[in-house]
Amino acid sequence: MLVLLGVLLVVVGFALRLNPLLVVTVAGIATALLGGLSPLTILNTFGTGFATNRTVTLFILTLPVIGLVERFGLQQEAGRLIGKLRALTVGRMLAAYLLVRQLTAALGLKDIAGPAQTLRPLIAPMALGAAERKHGRLSDEAVERVKAFSASADTVGLFFGEDVFLAVGSVLLITSFVDSTYHLKLDALQIAIWAIPTAICAFVIHGARLLWLDRQLARMANPTPAKEVVA
Amino acid sequence: MITADWLYWLCGAIFLGAAVIVGRDRENPKRIGSVAFWALLGLSFWYGTFVVRKAAPPWLLGLAVIAMACLAGFGALGKGGGLRSTTEKQRVALAERFGGRVFVPALIIPVVAILFATLVVKIKVNGQPLLLKGSETLIGLGVGSVLALVVGLLILRPTPASIGSGPLTPAVPLREGTRLLQAIGWAAVLPQMLATLGLLFDQAGVGKVVGKLTKDVLPQGSLIWAVVVYCLGMAVFTIVMGNAFAAFPVMTAAVGWPVLIQQFHGNPPVVFAVGMLAGFCGTLCTPMAANFNIVPAVLLEMKNQYGPIKAQLPTAIPLLACNVAIMYFFAF
Repeated sequence: MLVLLGVLLVVVGFALRLNPLLVVTVAGIATALLGGLSPLTILNTFGTGFATNRTVTLFILTLPVIGLVERFGLQQEAGRLIGKLRALTVGRMLAAYLLVRQLTAALGLKDIAGPAQTLRPLIAPMALGAAERKHGRLSDEAVERVKAFSASADTVGLFFGEDVFLAVGSVLLITSFVDSTYHLKLDALQIAIWAIPTAICAFVIHGARLLWLDRQLARMANPTPAKEVVA
Repeated sequence: MITADWLYWLCGAIFLGAAVIVGRDRENPKRIGSVAFWALLGLSFWYGTFVVRKAAPPWLLGLAVIAMACLAGFGALGKGGGLRSTTEKQRVALAERFGGRVFVPALIIPVVAILFATLVVKIKVNGQPLLLKGSETLIGLGVGSVLALVVGLLILRPTPASIGSGPLTPAVPLREGTRLLQAIGWAAVLPQMLATLGLLFDQAGVGKVVGKLTKDVLPQGSLIWAVVVYCLGMAVFTIVMGNAFAAFPVMTAAVGWPVLIQQFHGNPPVVFAVGMLAGFCGTLCTPMAANFNIVPAVLLEMKNQYGPIKAQLPTAIPLLACNVAIMYFFAF
């Protein structure tokens, strides 16, 4: 039971908004000590954990080119372009992105989009551009909300698309764990197929909430709508 | 065979380049701490390759990782300084001048990644696949990024006067990348640290304790409660660990296999597939899944780090209920 103190440390640390990196490090060391691990084992775990998980940080590779095109007005151009498409509200645009993200992830193409590759340079500025065309200059609160929903469309689309693909990590984890532990012979295709009902529910629920965003923004918008404001 | 290793080396080089650029930025009030952080991170990326190959002791890297956490945690890492990009006004003018061409580099990255995942993946050399299995898209992402950079330098090649500050050299993208890196700051390494925390939790036996607790709260003989406990347990344990992969073996050993499969004869593919997705609902709600929930907020320069989680929470809860219903009606 004592090892759960480490979990408590994490919860309290995050709730107090202390620096997450420090919270995680302290919680990790505390939990490991309570669990009876030696200091050398703890250091070794930090080392191997860091080395074997470098993949999650590879989005850094895109930053120089993203920074370069931002310098030349990528975000402004994205906003301007989307401002021309009158029918495309921010909600509709993000719902379409959600669908594309789900479908491509379901085909195994989960690294083609993401926060660094598509969200920051393209999707968020387009969403902001679409919102500004419709609702005029956005309040800080509205900008935050559009950004938050742009990020959510990317994440929800990825999570509830990738499992429909056979060779994704989570499907392989299920089959390898269950097969080796319980001596079954699970078919990866069956696992993938049974991810489809949840994928549809995710699209319906989150897609509806994205469309609802248009109304929320209309309510939040300035009472004097500035029609001609373009990003 | 091409592996993902060179990507880590390139990534390390970017961090080291950032350290140099930050080091030359006299306007940065936290120059020394920032240089130490980015340099340590770059070297760690290189050293990590030898740790994975078991050619170097991991504890040294462990020390470096803890040192980075301390640098970041005690505020030695600066956010800004004298690294300036073009102004909003200049950008609007540049966007007008270059028009759609500015999209080309940004679009090259996903297009190359798709090509690698679909076509290059089939290329074989001497009967061996050219790309390491499982790393195809990542390698595509790396190649795409490099190619996009070259194309970007070629088509945007501007006169020095039009780009604000300094002439255009390959150092410009590095400066711009460093500017973005500084905006991301410590959040760049948080996902890796959280994965490490998951390992430590696992080794310390957190999973076993949670599994036992779950068994204790489970009412005997009720199918619907067993389904609810399995799905909710997956979500809650994922929130704690930040990763459904860590929760799955624990909850499956506690409830999924002994109760749902053995006792109630559920259909295994449905139970396990939907159980994992119930865990994903938890991932939507937790700052512990930093790469999905915190990094985007930082990248979008949001005021509230928890903004994406707040946007996802009202989706995650009904979706969890859907998972319970899907499992209950289709698995039994």
